[in-house]
Amino acid sequence: MPIDIRQFHQTFFEESTEGLAMMEQLLLQMEGAAGSRGMTSPDPENLNSIFRVVHSIKGGSSTFGFGWLADFSHLLETALDDLRAGRRQPDRETTDLLLRSVDALRNLLEGARTGAAIDKTRIEEIASALEVPSVTKAAEASTAEAPEHGWHVSFQPGPELFRSGNDPLRIIRELGALGTLQVSADVSRLPRWEAYDPETCYLGWQIKLSGRDQSRQAVKAAFEWVADISEITLAPMREAKRSEGDTPPASGDGDHTLVKARGPSIRVSTARVDSLMDIVGELVITQTMISETVAQFTPADLPRLLVGLTQLERNVRQLQESVISIRLLPIGFVYSRLPRLIRDLAQRLGKQVDLELSGEQTELDKTVIERISDPLLHMVRNCLDHGIETPAERRRAGKPETGHLRVHAHQKSGYVHVVVEDDGRGLSYEQIRQRAVQAGLLNADTRPTPEQMHELIFYPGFSTASEVSDISGRGVGLDVVRENIRSLGGSVEVSSTPGSGTRFTLRLPLTLAIMDGLSILIGDQTYLLPLTSIVESIHLTDDRLSRLPDGQEIFALREDYLGLIRLHELFHIPSRHTDVSQGIVVVVEVDGRRAGLYVDELLGQQQVVIKNIESHYQRVDGISAATILGDGTVALILDVAGLMRLSPRPVMAPDAPGCVPRRGSPRSTISDPRALH
Amino acid sequence: MEATHAGISPADPLTRYNSQFLVFRLGGQDYGIPILQVQEIREWSRATGLPNSPAYILGVLNLRGSIIPVVDLRQRFRLSPAEPDTFTAIVVVNVDGRLAGVVVDSVNDVVWFDPKQQRPLPDFEGHANRQFIEGLVQAEDNMVILLNMERLLSPDDFNIGNGLAQQAV
Amino acid sequence: MANIMTVDDTATMRQMISFTLSSVGHHVVQACDGEEALKLARQKKLDLVIADVNMPVMDGISLIKSLRQMPEYRFTPILMLTTESQENKRQEGRVAGATGWIVKPFNPEQLINVVNKVLG
Repeated sequence: MPIDIRQFHQTFFEESTEGLAMMEQLLLQMEGAAGSRGMTSPDPENLNSIFRVVHSIKGGSSTFGFGWLADFSHLLETALDDLRAGRRQPDRETTDLLLRSVDALRNLLEGARTGAAIDKTRIEEIASALEVPSVTKAAEASTAEAPEHGWHVSFQPGPELFRSGNDPLRIIRELGALGTLQVSADVSRLPRWEAYDPETCYLGWQIKLSGRDQSRQAVKAAFEWVADISEITLAPMREAKRSEGDTPPASGDGDHTLVKARGPSIRVSTARVDSLMDIVGELVITQTMISETVAQFTPADLPRLLVGLTQLERNVRQLQESVISIRLLPIGFVYSRLPRLIRDLAQRLGKQVDLELSGEQTELDKTVIERISDPLLHMVRNCLDHGIETPAERRRAGKPETGHLRVHAHQKSGYVHVVVEDDGRGLSYEQIRQRAVQAGLLNADTRPTPEQMHELIFYPGFSTASEVSDISGRGVGLDVVRENIRSLGGSVEVSSTPGSGTRFTLRLPLTLAIMDGLSILIGDQTYLLPLTSIVESIHLTDDRLSRLPDGQEIFALREDYLGLIRLHELFHIPSRHTDVSQGIVVVVEVDGRRAGLYVDELLGQQQVVIKNIESHYQRVDGISAATILGDGTVALILDVAGLMRLSPRPVMAPDAPGCVPRRGSPRSTISDPRALH
Repeated sequence: MEATHAGISPADPLTRYNSQFLVFRLGGQDYGIPILQVQEIREWSRATGLPNSPAYILGVLNLRGSIIPVVDLRQRFRLSPAEPDTFTAIVVVNVDGRLAGVVVDSVNDVVWFDPKQQRPLPDFEGHANRQFIEGLVQAEDNMVILLNMERLLSPDDFNIGNGLAQQAV
Repeated sequence: MANIMTVDDTATMRQMISFTLSSVGHHVVQACDGEEALKLARQKKLDLVIADVNMPVMDGISLIKSLRQMPEYRFTPILMLTTESQENKRQEGRVAGATGWIVKPFNPEQLINVVNKVLG
């Protein structure tokens, strides 16, 4: 029965985090405007939005008793108010301060959420900077929230107060709970007796509320129901002397309230929930229809039953789509971190860059959104660090001093493509080649094609920066990026033109929950291949197979030679066939690399629900996940990219460095399959 | 509650686990696992094999929508293999939120052990299975080996012999 | 203790309010829409009415208007249950004569506090 108020914490944290992201974006816009047009007054609408964010954080944090957060957001709110009223200049310094305040609020939020340490020094420093420029106002405000000596309250109820069932006495009594009261009635509005209407309120009150730590909010709360029909003014009481040894913004015990982390939640528009409800409604009707049909079933009812089942199938599909859509979030969530990153980074590198973001409405599964955030940041950082040149270099190259960085998202055949593109110097192929030779990935005399070199930059441990830079370095390389994207069932491609730019394309699945697959049989076991990786399936005969000196089987497919992976060998499952022509070869492609997978039989195409293996076991090489078949048994979903890596012998693909070294074992050298021609 | 038992010497498993154990039989020997770690007991069914996994991982099973690994304790303890019969059961254990099925010959009972029944472990240093043993108790007429499920199911142990590296070369 | 009526079309809400207020000694009657509420209000003088806004048959706003027209309910506290976003409903309710509002969601302690506040 007792409702735990902490259940609302999660929402507060999520809302505040989103709010802060928006605030940051608006501040950057403001800064951009101030930069390009000199100092202009910020768009009042933007300022109001920022104000609302801070205001909500303040409201929430004081409700939940996060003292520090409430105090800080209050200071910030006051500063914003000054800015709005023109008491503070919307200059770069202010924007900078406000941006730092966003960081401070994040820190405080995190502290309130997890109990993590709060950088008090830094926050106090920002807090005092927030107070400075409008000394009088800030001083007044900081005492205003919880003045040391209490409040002067003037309460002039509207004449109709009684008719709403309100009672001034009740309100005054409620105030009394906050501290000591000195009340004097204002009878100046009382009419003469003959004009007196007992149902009208003529009285007003002047109230001195003394005591400490009464927040403005608490005082206002007493008047909540009558605020719109009364005149209420609140002024902090002032005494000549301040009490000594008073620490600024008093913080209750609340600031250290540790909130138990709850499971992640998602906010869903009511429209989506409503449509879900509609579908569930239909589902119930269908179910009723089917059970009625079955209850008194005669063979004559068969058509009716089939209609019911078709309807059920449709309902389930709708329900599935609807549920997936609930998990979809616009990629704008990830974008929101970029402007700030670019701004800070460009400043540090002494580079100038314009960031262009588009397609922010493109939707992706919440999990995908969460997991591409870091890789995307890394790519963007990489472009700025390695791609875009300094203004001087750009001038010499005859380019505008300000570089251009574009992040664009769009949906394309069941996938979302996120393109990160710069107009910088492009990949330096010579540097990449040298680096690869150094790392033992290439023979010194090998001349790889550009495509092969694109592949090289994703190899573990490969980095073009001669020394690991503070910015792109950080112990993660593009290999980690690609690994992350792959683990989501996506891929990364790169293209580059020397002197004019580089483009990374992330290809991501819309959702992680459901996949179109092709079920195949290896021995007596059913596996699933993601449909998106399948190019075609072919019949091979033994005479079309050749064998490389290292034992790798290859076959010709039109122009190209492809490696053959016999899955039953790789998985140590007895095959039902002895001859290659008895089974079938599925040609698959991932990241521009192709291979043939030899399987016993193709069973058919089906949509499957993806189930994680790692939640109770661990990663299994060559397997991305599992699914549950109609009969309740488990079938494994093949990880095509993983299989290519796993293949005991190197797999050839014509336009990739043929021999892909396994992570951490640079034992191979590139052998060019073209040599076979 | 969480006793420090990181070393080889077993902490007092009896007090640690509220003294209730599920006792099952495997190759003629009785074993016990803390009842608090047992989620459910299922009848035996064939698991879906996982490629390139240790032999004692029989594969994965669908437990109401979750995919859980199934461990063959006979192989784990290097006992001779046995065909499943009507007594063969899968004990689903929950160790720190991770679920796993453990195949056993038969499930006997849930038993309350008194700390007094605990016996010191004989010195079988170097024995491969030693690390999985949490303690010994003397039941009415036989000895029950208490297992340490954390160690038996720790992901690190799954990795031992996770054959890929060896097989791939 | 006081006679309180809770008017809400969702049983959960009625039960929760009824349970909470009964637990501190009030006598609570339940009505599932405005019409039923008016009928109950005529049968017995109530000290406080807590009404939801959106209800079938007769909504909360109309209920408040009708109650205020009954002489014995002219000054009786009437609280609306609203959500944070229903600012305009609050105004409408105010015009109709509502005393105040309770913003959903609320917890039992809050409810008891508000009720004590209005009942004095």
